[in-house]
Amino acid sequence: MGKFFRGVGNDFKEIGLTFKEGDWKTRVSYLIMGFGPLMRKQFVRGIAFLAVELLYILYMAGFGWNYLKDIGTLGTVARVVNDNGTYSYNDNSFLILLYSILSIIITFGFLVVWRMNVKENRNEEMLLAEGKKLASGKQDLYSLLDSHFDKTLLAFPVLGIFVFTVLPILFMICIAFTNYDAKHQPPTSLFSWVGLENFKNLFSFGTTGLGPTFFVVLMWTLVWAFFATFLTYFLGMGVAIMINKKGIKFKKLWRTILVMTIAVPQFVSLLYVYKMFAADGLINSYLMKWGWISSAIPFWQDPTLAKITIIVVNLWIGIPYTMLITTGLLMNIPEDLYESARIDGANALQMFRSITLPYMLFVTGPFLLTQFTGNLNNFNVIYLLTQGGPLSMTLANKAGHTDLLVTWLYKMTVNDTNYRMAAVLGIMVFVVTAVISLVVYGMLPSVRDEEGFQ
Amino acid sequence: MNKSMKTKRAVGNAITYATLVIISIIWLFPFVCLFLQSLRSYNEGGGGMVEYLLPKQFSLDSYIYLFSEESKFVRWYGNTLVIAFFVALFQTIVVLCVSYALSRMRFKGRTFLMKFWLILGMFPGFLTMICLYFLLKQFHLTQEGAIPGLILIAVASSGMGYYVVKGYFDTIPKALDEAARIDGASRARIFFTMIIPMSKPIIIYAALVAFMAPWCDYIFASYVAFGYSDSYNVAVAMQRWVWTNDYQGFFTRFCAGGILIAVPVTALFICLQKYYVEGVTGGAVKG
Repeated sequence: MGKFFRGVGNDFKEIGLTFKEGDWKTRVSYLIMGFGPLMRKQFVRGIAFLAVELLYILYMAGFGWNYLKDIGTLGTVARVVNDNGTYSYNDNSFLILLYSILSIIITFGFLVVWRMNVKENRNEEMLLAEGKKLASGKQDLYSLLDSHFDKTLLAFPVLGIFVFTVLPILFMICIAFTNYDAKHQPPTSLFSWVGLENFKNLFSFGTTGLGPTFFVVLMWTLVWAFFATFLTYFLGMGVAIMINKKGIKFKKLWRTILVMTIAVPQFVSLLYVYKMFAADGLINSYLMKWGWISSAIPFWQDPTLAKITIIVVNLWIGIPYTMLITTGLLMNIPEDLYESARIDGANALQMFRSITLPYMLFVTGPFLLTQFTGNLNNFNVIYLLTQGGPLSMTLANKAGHTDLLVTWLYKMTVNDTNYRMAAVLGIMVFVVTAVISLVVYGMLPSVRDEEGFQ
Repeated sequence: MNKSMKTKRAVGNAITYATLVIISIIWLFPFVCLFLQSLRSYNEGGGGMVEYLLPKQFSLDSYIYLFSEESKFVRWYGNTLVIAFFVALFQTIVVLCVSYALSRMRFKGRTFLMKFWLILGMFPGFLTMICLYFLLKQFHLTQEGAIPGLILIAVASSGMGYYVVKGYFDTIPKALDEAARIDGASRARIFFTMIIPMSKPIIIYAALVAFMAPWCDYIFASYVAFGYSDSYNVAVAMQRWVWTNDYQGFFTRFCAGGILIAVPVTALFICLQKYYVEGVTGGAVKG
């Protein structure tokens, strides 16, 4: 942080210095960007700077400012009734917020380009003072394929991520501080800033607060992620060990059979499995036909049973994946480690505990972490199997017993259009993921001690 | 090796085989059921769920329905295929560009960019759904235009998934680049004529993963298509068959559709399995 502020301080110092020491072309460039380069016959750069300035002014004057000026209130008049009874729409909070954020970011970008423009002038002056020649336009364009190739490569991906990821995320973070919900839907009505009210609501344990529900859902999310990650990990490793065992034939066949569940699109396999375990599904029908049970087992209706069934079905999905990953790694363990252990009289279990497991945990630490955070947000398995159900009488906002934070978030968005709470929940998911990632990442042996097993 | 150890090993192997066979049966069972039920005639249970597995009367009723005028299945299938193809194509290009830049070039803001994208990835995707819907709507890429809209969304944010490919690029010795640069090759030339031809396995991996994802996308796809059934992909359409209240009539049709989707995708996957394994293993270890 200190480094950052020192950097900004140095920047300001250099801007001042450039102005003081610069010639008149440089000084005009502070107002008319690209003026200096144009006068020094650097047409490509000069025109680019000038174009950025003109576009920025056009954007702000013609579009951005109309929205940015209302950011404090998010609009005052939603619609007015005309004399003939029709409505004409006035302020739209959604647009005001979205375009204001866009304008703020564009302004930041503009400032960065302005700073580059100042630096460009200084560089040119220094080069000329040293009696060197400036790069020609052709060289400038060629450098985009060579020394500045990164800019060419990253331009589109960064722009795409900016418009379709950064902007929406910033927008939704702001929504968490507004009252945008079913009762405040633009364009018919406005929403406005409410400060921390939504966060208070999430953590309040009063009659209307979401606190109890939030903690129940959070706990289940963590429990689910724990079991989904570690059960599949150990069982998958077990299957891999079995397939890799000396003397076992058809290794490729076994692998291919398991890999089917990765290959078949999950909505086909999981929806089918969901129906298989349903009250009128195959499993219950056969168990009843054989007389093992008298009434259908409520796999999806009973809260506890539903949770167990989900974890078990997830094994079916997850084991092949761990199996694939661990197969290659198991073969990397030097065979002589096992040989010497065998000579010392160790049995299979002892060898697994003192050789295989430590090595695997060491190598797959980062993988386990990404699996865990992935499972925290494992929407598909939960939603295709139970849609978060069975519904609960005690939980608020239609949360079900198997709802994860993300499925609950999704329901709030789509079913209840309760965007304010959905946004708060999204931020909480981020906080949980980030905290777990940071804490665990620091503890990973392969991060702390990179040379450990080499 | 003495005799007792030999028998011990034989018993151990027998147990392992038995376990593997049981596992195989469990893993294949749902797919076998899916296939068998897709062949059940309408005369039994009217295409709904029944309490037995083997159809008493085999027929192609459900498949015929899917290809008939009544159903838009062919259109949905085409939609998904188009989405999957273009997403695979563009996403691979984007990921290759980002990976090369991050692996080979050192520029200001490189580590910032990587950290920033890592943090962005921790936000749940559904959070931004309404905002994305609105953005797409501004470009008329919802409802009728849902197909290009979905391609755009998938491609636009794909730069963040560079880890595996960058990890692969990192293993290609930098000395090769240096040698080529001394010979006067530009960065772009090195990228196109050296790195890309050397990265065939990882390109296949990236394209395969990108191609498979759209087949499962039903949440965002249904949100963007929003009731305009011509723009559905197979996942959206068939998930509606199963979740509607009269799913009973559509159950065998769902099974038949599932088979038609699963068979080509699975075949493709099994063919390219080698590359997939290479990609996920490399990615998992490097983290």
